[in-house]
Amino acid sequence: MQGKRLIHLLFGIAFLTASFSAYASDPKKGALTPQDRKTEVSAYVKHHNLDTHDFGLFSYTGADGAHHQIGFPLPVILWADGLHVFSSGALHHGESVVASGDKYFALDTHSYKIYETDASGVLNYDADHHVTNVAPLDFSITKSVFMIMLVSVMLFMIFMGLAKSYAKNQSLPSGVGRFFEPIVLYIRDDIAIPNIGPEKYQRYMPYLLTVFFFIWFLNLFGLTPLGINVTGNIAITTALAVITFLITNFTGTKDYWKHIFDPLGHAMPWVAKLPIYIILVPIEVLGIFIKPFSLLIRLYANMQAGHIVLGSLIGLIYVFQNWLGGTLAFGLSFAISLIELLVALLQAYIFTMLSALYFGFASETHDHAVEHDGEVQHL
Amino acid sequence: MEKLIGEFSVGLFFWQTLLFVTLLFLLKKYAWKPILDAVNEREEGIKKALESAEQAKEEMANMNADNEKLLKEARAERDAMLKEAREIKSKLIGDAKDEAKVEADKLMTQAQAAIESEKKAAIAEIKEQVASLSLDIAEKVIKEALSKDDQQQKLVKNLLDDTTLN
Repeated sequence: MQGKRLIHLLFGIAFLTASFSAYASDPKKGALTPQDRKTEVSAYVKHHNLDTHDFGLFSYTGADGAHHQIGFPLPVILWADGLHVFSSGALHHGESVVASGDKYFALDTHSYKIYETDASGVLNYDADHHVTNVAPLDFSITKSVFMIMLVSVMLFMIFMGLAKSYAKNQSLPSGVGRFFEPIVLYIRDDIAIPNIGPEKYQRYMPYLLTVFFFIWFLNLFGLTPLGINVTGNIAITTALAVITFLITNFTGTKDYWKHIFDPLGHAMPWVAKLPIYIILVPIEVLGIFIKPFSLLIRLYANMQAGHIVLGSLIGLIYVFQNWLGGTLAFGLSFAISLIELLVALLQAYIFTMLSALYFGFASETHDHAVEHDGEVQHL
Repeated sequence: MEKLIGEFSVGLFFWQTLLFVTLLFLLKKYAWKPILDAVNEREEGIKKALESAEQAKEEMANMNADNEKLLKEARAERDAMLKEAREIKSKLIGDAKDEAKVEADKLMTQAQAAIESEKKAAIAEIKEQVASLSLDIAEKVIKEALSKDDQQQKLVKNLLDDTTLN
């Protein structure tokens, strides 16, 4: 009975959506066609996920049809045969050429990258719409760098506050620390100790805690409508994975390296091991690099995909431009937002968890059974 | 893949590494170390408190057991003392009885002996008195009888007769 009613309701909604859409597509003066809107939404979502040189809060189209962007500029720092520093406001979102020293720079609004140009600011494109101009080394404080700084300051304030609250409050946390202390303990008791072991977990704790809260906070900022996509940026995830890689291999014990270059140990004579090792050792060596690579791709892909899906669903409201389609898209994007809230936490957890697992392999001192179990679990 | 490499920004990588490593060391020094130390200390404190509570409980139980033992010992000692006292009492009474009996017997024998000797003395005295009385009487009788010659003759004759009879 209930099910039948639900099906009727869905049919009704589908029908109404169709009829409303028909009305909506009535030609109005100056209105965009649905196809135009789709292209616009797609471009907007893509732009939203890119790192930019200014911090855009929102934009609107004025009565005169011009695009206005509200936000604040950030410093641009370039290296092209010398240091060039200027405010990103001078670029005027790609409309102006900036002269710095004897060089001219312009912003490509397609990739949001700065290129060297001539005085007139001409950008040359190849057949694939790639700019062929020379790109300077860009060390600008971009939106992502700005967010990293902001989150770093936030984390520092929160956790230094937590650390100080112990002294004042008879070794009990106070204020916001009451929320964060259980998470810190969870990382210690359920991520670090089970994966690394109770003797050696301590020296990995600072990294695990920092990386967890860093990723989580930036993921959460990514869910704000400000177009912050730090953890969905390949350079960020690469930097994090490289640190995990370096810590793993620099803290690797004798047993860890032995496991890579001599996995069979004394199980058989060296003559028998040799042909196996020709295949096995390269795989193990490759594994050293694949592990952090999987980390960086996983975090990047999950966050990027989340942003694209959420952006597209919100864009659907604009594409439909009717009450029912808009409401449905709104409901859907709301549901996905909740899931993304979970994903934000989950991806931070997975990155931390897998880092701890790799540290566990690296710091293992002879217990091969456990090592192999861990590997199977990971694969 | 080409798109990924195209998206890779060296500047962002540089800033991320620099800022993250700085954050890592700052947090390590000013946050994680004090936090983990404080939490460890607290956990140790709780553990110690629990342990000492357990120990106190154990000590309490031990003390109770000791008390019980002491009480038992005291009771046993009291019982032993009472028993001993009873024994002493009965022994004393017995001894006293025996002694009294012995004394009584001794007294009795002494009394008997005294009585006997008194009796003997009395009898001897009586005998003496009887003898002296008899002598007196005999003297008087003899005096009386022998006041006349014929009587004296007669007596001698009688005496002689008796002697011949023997």
